[in-house]
Amino acid sequence: MRLLLVDDEIDFVATLAERLSLRNIEADWVTSAKDAEAIIQTKHYDLAVLDVKMPGMSGRQLKKIIEKKIPGIKTIYLTGHGSEEDYKAGIAEAEYYLMKPINIDDLIAKINDALAE
Amino acid sequence: MKRSFKLFFPGFRRQQEPSQGRFDRFMFNYSRLWKSAVMLTGLCAIIPLLMVTWIDYNVTQKAVESESLARTTRTVSNAKRTISEFLAKRKSSLVYIVNDNSYDRLLDSARLTTVLKNLRLAIGGVTDIGVINAAGQQIAYSGPYSLEGRNYSDQQWFKEALTRGTFISEVFMGFRNAPHFVIAVRHEAPDQSFFILRISIDTGRLNEQLSGFELSDQGNAFIINTGGILQTPSRGHEKMFEKIDFPVPVYSDKTEVVQYHSTAEDDYILGYAYIPDSPFILMIVNKTGELMRSWHRTRIEMLVYVMIGIVIVLIAVTGFATYFVNRIYIADQRRIRSLHQVEYANKLASIGRLAAGVAHEINNPLAVINEKAGLIKDIFQLTDRYAGDEKLLGLVEAINESVTRCGRITKQLLSFARHMDSSVEPVDLKTVISDVVGFLGKEAEYRNITIMIDVPPDLPQFESDRGKLQQILLNLINNAFAAQMDGGSLSISVTRVGDASLRIRVKDTGCGIPDKDLKRIFEPFFSTKTNTGGTGLGLSITYSLIQELGGSIDVSSEVGVGTEFIITLPLTFPARKKGRTYETASGR
Repeated sequence: MRLLLVDDEIDFVATLAERLSLRNIEADWVTSAKDAEAIIQTKHYDLAVLDVKMPGMSGRQLKKIIEKKIPGIKTIYLTGHGSEEDYKAGIAEAEYYLMKPINIDDLIAKINDALAE
Repeated sequence: MKRSFKLFFPGFRRQQEPSQGRFDRFMFNYSRLWKSAVMLTGLCAIIPLLMVTWIDYNVTQKAVESESLARTTRTVSNAKRTISEFLAKRKSSLVYIVNDNSYDRLLDSARLTTVLKNLRLAIGGVTDIGVINAAGQQIAYSGPYSLEGRNYSDQQWFKEALTRGTFISEVFMGFRNAPHFVIAVRHEAPDQSFFILRISIDTGRLNEQLSGFELSDQGNAFIINTGGILQTPSRGHEKMFEKIDFPVPVYSDKTEVVQYHSTAEDDYILGYAYIPDSPFILMIVNKTGELMRSWHRTRIEMLVYVMIGIVIVLIAVTGFATYFVNRIYIADQRRIRSLHQVEYANKLASIGRLAAGVAHEINNPLAVINEKAGLIKDIFQLTDRYAGDEKLLGLVEAINESVTRCGRITKQLLSFARHMDSSVEPVDLKTVISDVVGFLGKEAEYRNITIMIDVPPDLPQFESDRGKLQQILLNLINNAFAAQMDGGSLSISVTRVGDASLRIRVKDTGCGIPDKDLKRIFEPFFSTKTNTGGTGLGLSITYSLIQELGGSIDVSSEVGVGTEFIITLPLTFPARKKGRTYETASGR
């Protein structure tokens, strides 16, 4: 199981990745959509945890690019912003749409649920 | 009754508080609008009516006046001709007699009696006949009196008869003590000697002639002499031989009609004619008022119709103006209400946006704190170095708990803001209520207000507009809070009513609403807090929101005990009526 975490908040994403790895979940992290595009060229991921609002490219755009490269990849949105449109769209296209801050155990449960589908 | 009351005392007149806050300048002054509408249309309708009436009045008055003058003229002319003929007939009889009989024959008393008899047969009314010689001595007489030998030489009529040939006297009582007049004819013999034949005629025949005119109701006909003394009886006027009330008219050889204004009484139309070769002036007098009476009657009828017309016009104009101004008033009220609703919705949307913005901005650093603290905890738990350091673990737990609490608040804010938009979706009423209460929970906590929520667990989700439900509940709970003293209680309970609807009761233990205010609380701009910044719109907006959801709201209140608002909502969202539903403005 390999995860890709994309979030522009480095403190958040790095810590989250570390905590996940402490729980034996292999997670790579990048802080921009551009880096994400680069990293998916070389590696395969089972699930992507994306922020919705990021500078440059939004999480939803990024999801499309990732899906093109890695068909069948699961997506969870994890965001502090929760506008109505994003919420509705995110619910529709991703497995989960989660709000920060989130308990790590809840997140892992959702990840497992998503991968089990 | 109620309808007509509503027609003449519509909303805009019953409106007590003219001030509607800052929307005043968008509104009409209804009573001024109404007044000018009534005045303008009323005047436009009434002035032509009055003008036509006035013109008609004047024109017909002139026509009737000249008509009555003409009629009097005709009557006077006829009467003059009749009287002249009456006199002429008698005069010519005398002329015939003096030419037919010689002086000597007339002196024969038997002959004179025969002549008198024949005269009475021919013309009637002849009292007596006499022959007077040039010296004024009555030398022959036939009649009921013994006037033979009487000397008339010093009498006026004798002198005039001598000089003018014929003479008609004024009416007088004379020796005979009965009203009569005298006709005398002088006869000149070929030998230059002359005598005068005189008859006296009682005025009965003359009076008959005159009363003939009176009988046909053409006024009061009588004869006066040049001195204004009555020669014949006059109906309703003075006795015979008295002076008439009117001035003696100036001489004219034609028939004249004048209008005479008596100082004391009515106006008169005076027709007169001088009878030629006599001292008589024929007069026919009519009261102007009597001549105009029938005209006046039709005038009064006309005026009554005009008045009725004016009243009808005024009623119609007032009714129409009231109706239309009230329509404007109602439309204006609706407009202002929707203006306020737009404003209110925009305000709520702004608050929502602000709340959402704050929540967004806080969520990110909160997530960082959460993760860092989580990592610390992980490290404590997964490495031996700090394992068992309960104090540090407790600290991290405390951080986590705080983060969770913050997260709950921001999520509530976001959830609340998210549903400001208007959209129909399946709604879980319990969530909505707890969202709203959560939003206001802190205030309740500070003020020590107990909030009890009772929602049956089997309540299904139902189709409704979550944003509107939020606003409704927010308004009602806010109101309840405002009415509460610290330490009161608020209960929100939901019950099913049949299959198709549910009932939400929002009950507080506040100050209550007096009965007289209770029926007005849903009216826009009705507020008892105008001085402290209330707009008086909260409940009216709540009311219209509930209507938009297809529900209804009821209120019961007891002063000092509390107020209960009861909302009944259908479980299915009503089909949207076009144009009536106001969409909340959304800027997101």
